[in-house]
Order: sequence, then C-alpha cells, then structure tokens
Amino acid sequence: MERLDLSRLSVRELNQYLHHELPKNGVEELEILNPNGLHNIAVGLTVPVRIRILGHAGYYLAGMNQQADVMVLGNVGWSVAENMMSGSVRIKGFASECAGASAHGGLMVVEGSASSRCGISMKGVDIVVGEDVGHMSAFMAQAGHLVICGNAGASLGDSLYEAVLYVRGTIHSLGADAREEAMSENDYRTVDELLGKAGINYSSKEFKRVASARTLYHWNAEAGQEY
Amino acid sequence: MCGIVGLLARTTEFREELGQMLTPMLVCMGDRGPDSAGLAIFTAGVQPSLRQFSLFSSLRQFNWSDLRDRLRRDTGEQAEIEALENHAKLTTSVLPEKVRAWLVENFQEIHLLAVGRSIELYKDEGHPAEIAARYHFSQLTGTHAVGHTRMATESAVTPAHAHPYTAGEDFCLVHNGSLSNPWSLRRMLEKKGIHFETDNDTEAACRYLEWRMSQGDTLEEALQKAFSELDGFYTLLMATADKMVLVRDAFACKPAIIAETPDYVAVSSEFRSLAHLPGIHQARLFEPAPEEIYSWNV
Repeated sequence: MERLDLSRLSVRELNQYLHHELPKNGVEELEILNPNGLHNIAVGLTVPVRIRILGHAGYYLAGMNQQADVMVLGNVGWSVAENMMSGSVRIKGFASECAGASAHGGLMVVEGSASSRCGISMKGVDIVVGEDVGHMSAFMAQAGHLVICGNAGASLGDSLYEAVLYVRGTIHSLGADAREEAMSENDYRTVDELLGKAGINYSSKEFKRVASARTLYHWNAEAGQEY
Repeated sequence: MCGIVGLLARTTEFREELGQMLTPMLVCMGDRGPDSAGLAIFTAGVQPSLRQFSLFSSLRQFNWSDLRDRLRRDTGEQAEIEALENHAKLTTSVLPEKVRAWLVENFQEIHLLAVGRSIELYKDEGHPAEIAARYHFSQLTGTHAVGHTRMATESAVTPAHAHPYTAGEDFCLVHNGSLSNPWSLRRMLEKKGIHFETDNDTEAACRYLEWRMSQGDTLEEALQKAFSELDGFYTLLMATADKMVLVRDAFACKPAIIAETPDYVAVSSEFRSLAHLPGIHQARLFEPAPEEIYSWNV
C-alpha cells in the first residue's frame, strides 16, 4: 500500500499527487501519515480510491470529494467533506463546525460528535453522526438525510427545506419552521439502511423525524413579523 | 481572524519547558494573525511587598537604568530593572498607583503593559515568529501563559493594540473575534472613572471583567454577566495568578480546541498548533461549548 507522509510532503504536493498522478497510476488504496491538524488535506478527489488518514486533520478535509472513500483515524476541524458530491468520508473521532456543509451527495459518518452547524445547507448528502450535534445543525438544509444518534443542540433544522432529520436522543430546541413528524415505514427503512452503511447499531424505532413545516416557503405579508 | 494560545503546566518539569512548548504554538498561529503578537506568562511571583511592571518603549535604545535610578531617587524605595529589546521588567516596592502616576509624569513615552506579582507581559508589532525570537519566548518558564497573534480588523496595528490586554493586577485577556458594543461598554465604564488606553474593542471586554472583579465578583461570576453584556463574537482566553479560563460566545463561530493531559492543559485556535506537544495523541481533546466557562487552576 502507498504511504504518503505529511511530515515530508507539503499539503500542496500531496494534493497535486492526488489530482494528477493518482488518476493515472491505478493506486486503489493509500495512507496519509502525520496529518497533524493541517488544512485542505485530500480536497478535490475525483477517483475511486480508498484513503486512510492516520491522525487528526484540520479544516476542509476531503472537500468536494467525488468517488473516493476517505477515513480519518482521528478528529477533524471545520467543514469536513464540504460540498462532497459522491463517495464517502468517515471520521472515527469528532468533527468541528460545519461538517458536511453544502454537500450534494455521498455518505459522511462522524462516529463521535459533530459540533455546531453540522449539515448546514446540505443538498443531498446522507450524514450519520454517532453521538451529538451542536447548535444550528441542518440550518437551511435542502436535501438528503441527517441521522443523529445522540442529542441535538439548539435550533435544529432552522429554515429547513426538504432535507429530513432523524434524532435518537433529545432535541434542545427546533429552529424556525422545523417540526417533529410521525415516522413512516419509509422513514424506518431509510434510518435502518443508513445506520447499516455507517455500521452503527441502533434500532430505527428509537428515532424521531424532523422535517420542514414549509410555512416559510412563501412570504406572508399578513403575518405579524416576530424575530 | 486572530489566533489564541494558552498553556498551563501541571507538573514542575513542564513549568521549566513552558516557553519552549508554547512558542511553536504561537508561531504556528501566526498564519491566523501575522501583524502583531503578545504573550503573558505567570510565575510563582515576587514577594508580597513587591510588584513587577512590564514596560514597553518604542525606542530600542531606551536608557532603562536611568529610569530605575530616577525611580529610586524620587521614591527612596527599592527598584530593579531587567531590559530586553523594547521591553523591561521593573520590580519595585513602590505601589502600582504611584508608579503609574510617576511614569505619566516622567516617562510619557513608556507604556505600562502589565502589573502584578506574577504576570510578565510582552507584546509588539511584527510577525509572531519575529516577536518570539526578539523576546526569547522559548526561554520563559512559569506556571501558565496565554498568547495571541493578531490580524487587525477594527483598530490600528501598533504594539499597544496587540494582545494580551490587562487591567488591574495579575489579570490578562486575549480575544479572537470582534465586539459590536465596545463603545457603549466603554462609556458605561468611563463614567465610573475607569481609564482606557486604546480604542480597541478587546480592551472594553478586559476592563469590564476587571471592573466586575473589583466589585467582588469572581472571574466566573463576571463572565456570567459578560454573556449578556458583551455583544459580538468572541473566544476569550484569560489568566489570573492562579488560573486560566476560556469562554466562547453563544454563536461559537470563533474556534478553540482544548487538550488535557496529566502534564498540561493546552488551548489553541487550531489543533495543528498543538501537534508538537508531548503526549498529544493520548490527550483528552475537545471543543469548548458555547457559553460554558472552562477554568483550570494552577
């Protein structure tokens, strides 16, 4: 297996290799050593490669990912898998703010907790968080699923569009226009399937569904405006 | 953007290495704040009858021994001075208010950066790496220290506008973020006779907290009140002679990470500035939650 060591290479050299060499050389699996909290590791991947990162990574890890499966044996900083299109990103530790922000597709798994604004503006990604999420998670989330196995912080799903959130634990508070709804058979199937992919062992029966009440979709000039 | 760092030693051995461990943290966070930097370090402290004063001169060739001799002559009390580049540490039995007034009268060009029995403070303009080298940060020893790398967004880049800010004795604060109501806080405090030295937003937070403590609050009680009084974005890292304290505002959009081991507590804006610390991979790593007070005693 190929091993790339960030104590010897710069992040720029690493990413240039991943962008230009990797699509040609057929390497299917590689490890990145000594990430040491550096930013922008493995952003912009476009090929189906399996990457293991041995340690803690900084901001924007695996941003814009297409097709690659990236696993971090540690924690990550802000905006992991931001704007991911496909593939998967798995974090064995915790993720800081804005995990999976704006992601269009693929699967992101955070085995620990994710901080505030997890799944902000998500556009089709599936996210499974093994523990808790912080405040303002799934703010303006447009499409996809966010499965939270622990508790959710304040203002969950504020100004939600069509993303659906599932929460196993408590919800500190719902954001504007987010509401709890009954679970359907389809919801149970979705949660079971995503937990299965994430390798997290809970029953979908333990989850509740949060979705948009859609009252903010149209401007209501008659309504008393309270902020 | 700015960077904040803090390190509290939990063992005697680590106290000897405090500057050596903290300096790479500060230099790494130079990426977040390249225009100025500062550091406050706390030691076991001078004896009760003395205070140490951290002084700054914009002239590198300033005659510090003359200042010491004149203070001795004018007050008849003991005074010692240790100078390094633009900085000097004055240790004297003259009381703080008297020293302050004496400096204003005799040495208007000298800035008083910090006063106390434990605190020693350095701050200057330039890249954090240059400042760390200029003031030999890696050789400093002590119980705990906080540092700051500044990218100015709301007031000028001068040594006086660099952090840490201090107020009262043995108290300092560094700030990542920006306050929206520093001027209303300042007007409120000025009416109480509290004097400001710069037009910087962080100074308002620092003087507000010190004012609350002068009214009998603990730092934790003062911070509880600050959560409703301070408007804006902030991650604040503070230190007194016996503790280091961290808070983030309700939005928590200015970063921080904490690493705890049996040897030390380290705080930084970003993990990468902690990666060199011994035992970091076995450390308990976590992100501070919004409006929670994290406090560590020496």
